[in-house]
Amino acid sequence: MKILVAVKRVVDYAVKIRVKPDKTGVDTQNVKMSMNPFCEIALEEALRIKEAGFAKEVVAVSIGPSQCVDTLRTGLAMGADRGIHVETNTSFLPLTIAKILKSLAEVENPGLIFLGKQAIDDDCNQTGQMVAALLGWPQATFASKVVLDKDKHIATVDREVDGGLETLCVDLPAVITTDLRLNQPRYASLPNIMKAKSKPIKKMTVQDLKVDVKSDIEILEVTEPPKRKSGVMVSSVDELIEKLRNEAHVV
Amino acid sequence: MMMQRLRRSEEFIRFGCESLINLRPNKNSVPRSVSGFVTHYDTKGKLFESNVGNHYNTHRCLGRNLGMLQQYKCFGSSSASQIERKPLFSSLDSKDVSSFKEILGDKNVVEDEERLETANTDWMKKYKGSSKLMLLPKNTEEVSQILQYCDSRRLAVVPQGGNTGLVGGSVPVFDEVIINVGLMNKVLAFDEVSGVLVCEAGCILENLATFLDTKGFIMPLDLGAKGSCHIGGNVSTNAGGLRLIRYGSLHGTVLAVTANGNVLDMLGTLRKDNTGYDLKHLFIGSEGSLGIVTKVSILTQPKLSSVNLAFIACKDYLSCQKILVEAKKNLGEILSAFEFLDNNSMDLVLNHLDGVRNPVSSTENFYILIETTGSDETNDREKLEAFLLKSLEKGLVSDGVIAQDINQASSFWRIREGITEALQKAGAVYKYDLSLPVEEIYNIVNDLRRRLGELANVMGYGHLGDGNLHLNISAADYNDKLIGLIEPYVYEWTSKHRGSISAEHGLGVMKANEIFYSKSPETVAIMASIKKLLDPKGILNPYKVLPHSLFSH
Repeated sequence: MKILVAVKRVVDYAVKIRVKPDKTGVDTQNVKMSMNPFCEIALEEALRIKEAGFAKEVVAVSIGPSQCVDTLRTGLAMGADRGIHVETNTSFLPLTIAKILKSLAEVENPGLIFLGKQAIDDDCNQTGQMVAALLGWPQATFASKVVLDKDKHIATVDREVDGGLETLCVDLPAVITTDLRLNQPRYASLPNIMKAKSKPIKKMTVQDLKVDVKSDIEILEVTEPPKRKSGVMVSSVDELIEKLRNEAHVV
Repeated sequence: MMMQRLRRSEEFIRFGCESLINLRPNKNSVPRSVSGFVTHYDTKGKLFESNVGNHYNTHRCLGRNLGMLQQYKCFGSSSASQIERKPLFSSLDSKDVSSFKEILGDKNVVEDEERLETANTDWMKKYKGSSKLMLLPKNTEEVSQILQYCDSRRLAVVPQGGNTGLVGGSVPVFDEVIINVGLMNKVLAFDEVSGVLVCEAGCILENLATFLDTKGFIMPLDLGAKGSCHIGGNVSTNAGGLRLIRYGSLHGTVLAVTANGNVLDMLGTLRKDNTGYDLKHLFIGSEGSLGIVTKVSILTQPKLSSVNLAFIACKDYLSCQKILVEAKKNLGEILSAFEFLDNNSMDLVLNHLDGVRNPVSSTENFYILIETTGSDETNDREKLEAFLLKSLEKGLVSDGVIAQDINQASSFWRIREGITEALQKAGAVYKYDLSLPVEEIYNIVNDLRRRLGELANVMGYGHLGDGNLHLNISAADYNDKLIGLIEPYVYEWTSKHRGSISAEHGLGVMKANEIFYSKSPETVAIMASIKKLLDPKGILNPYKVLPHSLFSH
C-alpha cells in the first residue's frame, strides 16, 4: 500500500508574525519557515505505519513556491521515500489544494492520504475534508489514534471531538487528518539526512495535473486584531461607576 | 517587583524544602537566553559547612555587632574567612538620610524593611547584608551628588542593578548604602543605520532586546537572567553568555560608558576613537568597584532570520575538540553557539526533568550543540548539513539530529539549560566556572572524578567554543570532607594550567581572596593602585573583587 502525505510550508509556529503595512497579508519576508506541525505529525504516523509493515511507500507532497523543496527534504530526512513538488507561486486556498491532491491521488493511487488537521497560517481545517469529498472516500479527521487492519482493509480511528473521543471505522482507501496527540514526530537524524539526498523529488505543475485553479474567493484585506488597551487605575468607587457607565457601557 | 514577589513566596516554602528553589524568571522563554542562565547559576563554588544542616539555603552571612567591630562569617566559604567591617567607614545617621532626601526626594530614599530585605539578599540567597538604606537616583546628576556626599562622609556604598549576580557582588556585606539604578531605565537614542544604542544603566536586558526586535536588531549578549538583569550590571561585570562566541565580549561591543566615581563622562557613539587611554575598559568588568555605570552606548547587531541548530553525539573529548576546530573552519561566519555536555549531565537531565528526551537515539559520552545564524536559510542549512555529514563520515560524530523547526530547537536547548535545574533537584551542588585551554577542559573533570570516587557525581558542560567549563559536583548532602577534597584542588589545578577561576561571573565577595590563582601579585598590585586612584576612600563596593589584605591599613 502507498501512503500519500500532504505537507505545507508555513511560518514557524514560534515566530511573532506581523501584518504587512499594505494589509495584503502577513509579512513572510525574512521569517523562519518550517513544516506545519500537524503535517509533521501526519508524516510521522505514515512512517510508523510503514515501519509496522502495513505500507510499502510513503510519498510526501507539497504545493507552493520553490522553497517547498526544503520542506520536502525535511520530510525525506524524516524517512519518506520520495517527494512530489507541485510548483506554483500563487498562494492557493484549500479547495484548489484539494483539487490538486485529488488529481495526484488519481495518478498515485495511495491506500491512505494523511494530512494535518489544519495549517497554522490560515487555520482553515478544510483541505482534508474537501479531498475526501472530491474523491468520494471516507474521512476520519482530528485523529488521535490510528489502528490499521490489513486483512479487512479498514482503519479504526479515535477522533478528538468537542465532547470527548469518537471512534470511527473507515474502509480503505481513506483520508485521515491528524491532531496533536496522535504522536511525537521524530527528529531528522544525520544518517537519514544523508540518505535523503539521493531520494527523488518529482516536480510537477498544475497544468500537468489538469486542475482548474481559478479561485472563487478573493482576500480583500488582512488586519491585526485591535490592540489590548492597558488598564486604568481609578481613585474611587464613584469614578469606577462613572467609567463603567460612560466608557465601557456595561452598567 | 516580580522578583520580589517570587522571593516572598520563597520565604514560606524555603523552610520546608531541602532543595534550592529555582528562581528563574522566565521558565518558557526562548532557549538561548535560558542557556545563558545556566552560566549564572554556576558559580556557587564554595559551599556550606555541615552545621548548617537542613537549612543550608536559609543561612545568611551573619553580621554580628560586637560593639564597634562587626564580623561577617560566610558559611559559603571553605576557608571560613571572616571579613571584618572596616572601622574607617562611617555609620549612617539621620542627618545623612535627610540629606539624601533633599537630593532625591522622599520617595526615592528607601528605609522600608521589606524592600531592604530583598535588596540585601542576593539572587541565590547565599549572601545577605544588613544595609539600612537604599537610594534610587533618577539620573546621572543625582548619582553624582549622592556619591560626592558619601565620599565626603566616608559612607560605603554598593551599586546595584538587577541583583542577579552569582558571586555576592551586588549586595552589601555589612551596612553599605545600596544605590540601585532601577529608575534610570530609559532608552536615550537608537541609530538604525549604525545600530548604536544609547541607554541608561537601569534598562532591563530583555526590555532592550524587545525594543530592538521591533527595529530588526538584537543585543550582542544573551543570558538567562535577561528578564531581571540591567545593562549597567552586565557592563560592570563584563557579562558573557551565549553570543560571546559570535559577537565577542562587552569589551568589544560597548562603545562608551558614563561612570560616576567622580563623574567621568566618556559617553560617545563612535565606533573608532583612538584618542588617549581607553578608560571605559576599566569600568567594564570592575564590578562596581571603580565607579557606577550610569549610561551605556552599545553596538547592536541586525537580526538575522536563518537559525539552525544541531545536536550531535561523540565518543570522546578529542572528537569534540576536532569538531570545534572543523566547525570554526567550515561554518565560519555563521557559527553562533557551540556548547557541550557530558553523559553524566545528560543522564541527570533525563532523570530529573519532565518532558525531555535524548534527541539522538544512542547514548554517547559527549553531546554537542551547534547553532548557526545567518541571512540565507537554504545556504546555511546546506552548509551545516554538509559539515555534519563530513564529520559523520570521518568518524568524529557518531550520531546527530538537526532541528527542523523552532520547537525542536527549543527542546534541544532545554537539555543543555536544564542541567542547572536538574542539579538542584538532585541534591547538593558545588559549582565552578572556569576558563581553561580547550584541550585541558575535560582533564579536570576526569581528575576530579578519580579524586572524589564514590563520594559525588561530577559533571562537566559549558561553552566549549569559548573555553569555558562549568564544573559541577553533585552529592546527596553538603559535607566538609567533600569540599575539602574539591577546594583548593580545583583552583590550584586551574592555576597550574594558567586558567581563570572565574570565566564569566566575576569575583564579587565570593572569590575576592582567590584572585592570585589567576593573576600575578604584580598585576594585582597595579589593580590596587588604580582602585586607590579612582576611589581613594575605598567606598565603592568594598570587600569585593580585590583581596582584603591589600586594603587593611
